[in-house]
Amino acid sequence: MAVERNMALTGQPPKSLNTIQKIGVLIGMSGLLILLLATFNVNLPNQALWLTVSLVALTTGIIVFSKGAYDKKLEGIKNDGVWFKSMSSRGVLAWIAGVFLTGFYIVLYFYAELLGLGQGVDGANTGLIGLFDPLSYALKNDKASEWFVYGTLYTIAIIAFGIKFMMKYKHNRYEQLRTVSVMFFQTAFAFVIPELMARLNSDDFSLPYNDIKLMWPLNYYAFDQWRVDQFINAQTIGLFFLILAILMVFVISPWLTYKYGKRWYCSWVCGCGGLAETAGDAFRQLSDKSVKAWKIERWLINAVLVFAVIFTTAVISTYLGYDSTKYWFTKNTFLISSGAFLVIVFAVVAYWKRDQLKSDAFIGATASLVITLGFFVLLAFVDINNIKINASYLSFGLNTKEYGLADGLRSFYGFGIGSIFSGVIGTGFYPILGNRIWCRMGCPMAGIMGIQQRLFSKFRITTNGGQCISCGNCSTYCEQGIDVRAYAQKGENIVRSSCVGCGICSAVCPRGVLKLENDSLEGRINSNDVLLGNDVDLMNYVNNKN
Amino acid sequence: MEHIAIIGNGISGVTAARHIRKISDKKITLISGETDYFFSRTALMYIYMGHMKFEHTQPYENWFWKKNRIELKKGFVSKVDHEKNQLIFENGENLQYDKLIIATGSKPNKFGWPGQDLDGVMGMYHKQDLENLEKYAPNKKVCKRAVIVGGGLIGIELAEMLNSRGIPVTFLVREDSFWNGVLPAGESGMINRHIKNHHIDLRLGVNLKEIKADDNGKVKSIVIQETGEEIECDVVGLTAGVSPNIDFLKDSGIELGRGVKVNRFLETSVPNVYAIGDCAEQHEAIGNRRPIEAVWYTGRMMGETVAQTICGNKLEYKPGHWFNSAKFLDIEYQTYGWVFGRPKDYEAQFHWIHEDDTKCVTVSYHKETREFLGINTFGIRMRHEVFDRWLTEKQDVDYVMKHLPEANFDPEFYKHFEKEILTAFQQQQTVNA
Repeated sequence: MAVERNMALTGQPPKSLNTIQKIGVLIGMSGLLILLLATFNVNLPNQALWLTVSLVALTTGIIVFSKGAYDKKLEGIKNDGVWFKSMSSRGVLAWIAGVFLTGFYIVLYFYAELLGLGQGVDGANTGLIGLFDPLSYALKNDKASEWFVYGTLYTIAIIAFGIKFMMKYKHNRYEQLRTVSVMFFQTAFAFVIPELMARLNSDDFSLPYNDIKLMWPLNYYAFDQWRVDQFINAQTIGLFFLILAILMVFVISPWLTYKYGKRWYCSWVCGCGGLAETAGDAFRQLSDKSVKAWKIERWLINAVLVFAVIFTTAVISTYLGYDSTKYWFTKNTFLISSGAFLVIVFAVVAYWKRDQLKSDAFIGATASLVITLGFFVLLAFVDINNIKINASYLSFGLNTKEYGLADGLRSFYGFGIGSIFSGVIGTGFYPILGNRIWCRMGCPMAGIMGIQQRLFSKFRITTNGGQCISCGNCSTYCEQGIDVRAYAQKGENIVRSSCVGCGICSAVCPRGVLKLENDSLEGRINSNDVLLGNDVDLMNYVNNKN
Repeated sequence: MEHIAIIGNGISGVTAARHIRKISDKKITLISGETDYFFSRTALMYIYMGHMKFEHTQPYENWFWKKNRIELKKGFVSKVDHEKNQLIFENGENLQYDKLIIATGSKPNKFGWPGQDLDGVMGMYHKQDLENLEKYAPNKKVCKRAVIVGGGLIGIELAEMLNSRGIPVTFLVREDSFWNGVLPAGESGMINRHIKNHHIDLRLGVNLKEIKADDNGKVKSIVIQETGEEIECDVVGLTAGVSPNIDFLKDSGIELGRGVKVNRFLETSVPNVYAIGDCAEQHEAIGNRRPIEAVWYTGRMMGETVAQTICGNKLEYKPGHWFNSAKFLDIEYQTYGWVFGRPKDYEAQFHWIHEDDTKCVTVSYHKETREFLGINTFGIRMRHEVFDRWLTEKQDVDYVMKHLPEANFDPEFYKHFEKEILTAFQQQQTVNA
């Protein structure tokens, strides 16, 4: 990861920026400058106006920049100079952006007061968060929080960079439609609707902030006691949302993943995926394609999934245990039914898919099950919150509180996975590790859907016979680090748990070799198939004798 | 243990090595003077354009070779002594083998043009050509104009490469329409217009007379034969086809034509010496194929075939139905079966072109029997598997045209044109009937 010396704002095509792009940079930077000024408590008298100017400038800047980049070009693949530009090839600009983003996330998660949260008179906001108060009042009739600021900027990023992405792929309707989709789900489901719904809250009725597309376990606090209680207390509508949340995990998501692959979520709906596909698009080529990275990936993502299952069970069983009168589910019914569910799923998969499971996958799955069940047994017999953990050992002294084990696991997950992995590393490191490092290595939701996609889904990327020329564009631009070429050059379909179905491999292929499609389960994985164009007798030999 | 030496680490040699390893325990040495590791030659252009770095063009990670016990040797072979089963390298080293596979590929054609060896004149085939281009055409300041001579697949790729760096390109094509020795007129015409839309200065029906040098022996300009026009330039790309890279075999005693002569078992005139890929020349052409096929796919197939023969399962090279693909700037091209640029006397062609001038299809069929013979498709992806099956089944053209939607391979949600194509086909048939 050597730092490139060239600063790339100057130079020659395809590195250099044209005049329109430079104007775009200027407009966008002026929007950013307003936010920075606010952060450093420069007094901006008319907040609503300045906020509007800033957000409009940010959006316009990105759109003008994109127009400069793509408008006058013929339809086609626009990857000229990707590995020459500092920003997209881990050059100086990329490192600066990485440090800035990472810093932003650390401040946002752990030092929101630096952004002005509650720093004014009587806990009023100042600084950056204060700047967002007018918008927050307009939407939910309450002052802004750091999460409101983040949500607004996040949505703006998806919309503006989404427009950029659509200009870049103006010839590709798959890319266009799924970008409109992530823009819509972010704006409506993650931002506007939950903020408006907050208006319904009163003294005797309140719903938690609820983005219904954000499922457990990606939403790791989905079944925390305070949320579940709020839902239950909010009568029919609350119960509806609670049941919907459970249905999403166990019925809706599996069904959609069966029909379309995990792409229905990861690159059409998800907010993390939405940001990765739009603002992160310039960094997709930075993902690591080595076999080594793949080995880390499959351990890490599944470990996070096991962790998520364990701590969620611990948290739920704890409050079911000490508040047993409040819920019709008791702690032990919950533990036994969860354990039984996992065992049945495991047994069915192990039997039905025994031909497809390689021994290392089987060992990993068995180990995960044993650990999980072992933990369930522990939960059943021990009140684990009596086991105390001092968080300072695990948080480099950032957190010095003492936790019971269940709450401790929950907090550690929230801190280590929820904040550090998905936020600080997942997004802050876009310019260094690529745009999907969280989705690939960490997201437990992607983990579940991935297992399902590999074993029970109609989705695959079909390889077009013998047409591959091993050029490597597909692998290079796979944000999930899949070595697509390794399959394509053998004439094999690509059926991988990590594939989010972004469709870029297919788009950048110069020979029309790859197609994302949903088709029958039969012949989906064709590792012994004929490389077309060959002599059939030869292929019989090639396939039989290895 | 039998020692198999393979000269050339391109797709042919590497495929042979991999398949020999799959089915045997023989010692394998893969020799190349060009690069340490196998890379995809067809992807060289993307390095210059900044789409990929060189390492991305290597299909296998560097540990692959050791793990599969394929020894890599870097060096140029200068002589083959088949009587002693010995290779002699440029640096004087030598290497004993039991069986030898020659897979040295091609080299760019030069037709004796004055000035063809000047600095700044290059082909676009080897990795060294790319390094050369990077030296003489790093940007539009150093290279104010480039001239490309020869309108084939490599020529248009080189034009696209230079274009990506904003370097003005003059593209000299001998034929009166781009690649019309291979492409039917409608397709060739569409590509002419597409090239011009990319602001490339396409000159049709012209030949290179000479390349002029400046005082330092570097290219200064070229002169066009027909008009005498002199065009100033800093780089000249010679892309008038390729021919087998076999100069080092001249006095080896192995029978040579334009390439290394081989029989259907890919055996040369000398026992235990085989030739595959671009450098191999069939004694007699197979079907409609050329005796020398400088195509990625045929190289791969020959590699698979020769591996069987060498491992004791003697097998003829029997390629299936012809297919190929390419990309002309933004327009993808695929072909299945045979569609000739100048139709054979038994051949009828149906041509459909979309009004946006970036998509077209040409279907070839037998005038009398109506058997479907092949299809060229531009800007619409089609399924190899389906056409391979239809060709094997010898379907007639009417069946193929009706079932064309089955063959569509475009990404989801793309607009489909099969209905439009079928209607146009049926109209043409009524007119002709």
